[in-house]
Amino acid sequence: MNNELLSIGGIYLVTLVLALPLGAYLARVFRGEKNLLDFMRPVENGIYRLSGIDARREMTWQQHMVALLTINLVWFLLAMLVLCTQGSLPLNPDGNPSMSPDLAFNTAISFLVNCNLQHYSGESGLSYLSQIVVITFLQFVSAATGIAAAVVVFNALQTRTTEKLGNFYDYFVKSLTRLLLPGSLLIALILAFNGTPMTLQGKQELISLQGDSVAVSRGPVAAMVAIKELGTNGGGFYGANSAHPLENPNFLTNAVENIALVIIPIAMVFALGFYLKRRKLAYMIFGVMTVGFVALLAPTVYYEMHGNPAIAKLGVDQALGAMEGKEIRLGAAASAYWSITNTIISCGSVNSMHDSFMPISGMSQMLGMMTNAFYGGCGVGLLNFFAYLIIAVFIAGLMVGRTPELLGKKIEAREMKIAVIVTLLHPLLILAGTALTAHLYASNPTEYSGWLANPGYHGFSEMLYEFTSASANNGSGFEGLGDNTPWWNISTGVVLLLARFLPIVGPVAIAGLLARKKYVPESAGTLPADTATFGVMVLAVIVIIAALAFFPALALGPLAEHFSLY
Amino acid sequence: MKQNLLPAFRLTLVLLVVCCLIYPALVWAGAQLAPAGGQGETIRHKGRVVGYDNVGQNFTRPEYFQGRPSAVDYNAAGSAGSNKGPSNPDYLATVQARLDTFLIQNPGVTKAQVPAELLTASGSGLDPHLSPAAAAVQVARVAKARNLEVAKVQALIARHTQHSLLGPDRVNVLRLNVTLDALQNR
Repeated sequence: MNNELLSIGGIYLVTLVLALPLGAYLARVFRGEKNLLDFMRPVENGIYRLSGIDARREMTWQQHMVALLTINLVWFLLAMLVLCTQGSLPLNPDGNPSMSPDLAFNTAISFLVNCNLQHYSGESGLSYLSQIVVITFLQFVSAATGIAAAVVVFNALQTRTTEKLGNFYDYFVKSLTRLLLPGSLLIALILAFNGTPMTLQGKQELISLQGDSVAVSRGPVAAMVAIKELGTNGGGFYGANSAHPLENPNFLTNAVENIALVIIPIAMVFALGFYLKRRKLAYMIFGVMTVGFVALLAPTVYYEMHGNPAIAKLGVDQALGAMEGKEIRLGAAASAYWSITNTIISCGSVNSMHDSFMPISGMSQMLGMMTNAFYGGCGVGLLNFFAYLIIAVFIAGLMVGRTPELLGKKIEAREMKIAVIVTLLHPLLILAGTALTAHLYASNPTEYSGWLANPGYHGFSEMLYEFTSASANNGSGFEGLGDNTPWWNISTGVVLLLARFLPIVGPVAIAGLLARKKYVPESAGTLPADTATFGVMVLAVIVIIAALAFFPALALGPLAEHFSLY
Repeated sequence: MKQNLLPAFRLTLVLLVVCCLIYPALVWAGAQLAPAGGQGETIRHKGRVVGYDNVGQNFTRPEYFQGRPSAVDYNAAGSAGSNKGPSNPDYLATVQARLDTFLIQNPGVTKAQVPAELLTASGSGLDPHLSPAAAAVQVARVAKARNLEVAKVQALIARHTQHSLLGPDRVNVLRLNVTLDALQNR
């Protein structure tokens, strides 16, 4: 049991040891300084030339956003086209059918926005062509989109007054060539050497040892799983995601996958410090995020390792903890650790079934997504945190009677409005979506009985989790939810769109507005943003927003279930 | 928007080649050097493939060690957990029923000896492993059904228990059962 705790401590430690130099490297890449992968430059120049892009043309924040949104629209159309026709396209050895339009809409958006909510099961829902051209492709480009947007913010926070914030395509392509592609290749090979399939052959039919005929689903798994984790995407090749023994064959691959999905979000925080030459600020941000992470991790590990009290009542041996929905080779502690890293970071891949976790663990997972800024997704986590930061600066400024400033730039009404809209949009989407759905369900429980796999408080948690996951662009689920229906496909699809692009555009807009302002050198009258005191302030803002907004809903779901069990 | 549309379109095409053709091809080529050549490692018995090392199988007969309950009946054409919540009364009744069945199939075993992982479904429905305790509790039944000494079966479990620095100890059920079959055919 202690062995398991040591394992997860080791995983976290290795993550940090790798993230720090990666952050320094990313800062060099995006500042255009000499770095390790400069031999990729001809590849990048080739890509720019073939695409007719001038990567040196500097853009304003608005031009950045137009470029970002335009190319996202192109990807959406491509994904819809392939998903709706995959049944008649090549590379479909298992003969899987085309998707219904509402399911294709949900799937296309979900992967476009780096969420990877899956209302289908990979084995029977997608052809290999879709797995590669839609899923793997969007997993690469959506992660690169988030990183590029974060780099725009980095650029804008420098101590100068400008409208020109670099080139979107340059940031975007470099995210791929300097980070995501080489990183994924390395991870995919580790997976392949540990038994993850990488083949275009269809299911293998065989007779089991006992004599039953079974089929084993295969496919180009390793390539996809690597970017699934590294790009904080989370959508699995197989229905069971990384709980599947071919997608995550052993404890080593589990550790590799788990490190892969956390490393970029953490490295991006360090990269901010190196990029702006304000390392203390990065450590403050990292500290706040880590406190939040540990606060959610500790109860989850505790409750999972102690097992389900209702099962303990049966008088059986629960030494391994709560094993419903978990795998033997991974164990309760590593499953709990994975579930929290995956919800604070908007990755959403699972190595165990969240629906079967203890209520407090399920609540911690939801809180991870509700705050959505403890490390957070590829690039976008930092953007969410940035919005909280603006609010904290403003409130702290008012409290001590100073002009609110961040990094030498005045925060004024316009920036505040945007930050507040961005932070309040998230609870609005989650709570309004859940309320509407719960109302629908309550008005006709028989018609919608297929929705919920569990009765009572837990059923409510399933609905709340789904909207939280959609709005956080996370993609994990309490998968008992019967979510492949037009209502769920369309409602969560709309939530996904709003919750992706507004929280990107908002912080980039704030940063763009700040970049235009006059730089006021820091003086004795400045409220320093890189101190522990200010860190506590930011944490308080996050906790107050999350706790006040979500507490009533959490009380109806996981808290009520907890008190009914214990 | 207009001046971005054409570059966006062309960049998408170029990236499709890079991310969907070159990258998977590199991974595929690397996987050819891996032990199973990117096909997933299989287990052979009596000259035929009886299964995958990493994919659990359904065992119902008393002479085989049984894996954990599965929400997909160990059909690896799909994969899923039960997604039952911890307080769901139907689920708890199912667990109780599994316990009762297990106690009938394994006379002499007491409730307190039954590890909960034998009564709870795995996350994938394809968990290939048991904990050493969950294998040990089935020894008496298997030994009796096969007319083997208990100590011999216990030794087999010990041999098949994978200890590693990382993660919990585990026993691969299919490998264990294949070894048992091979032992008796000799």
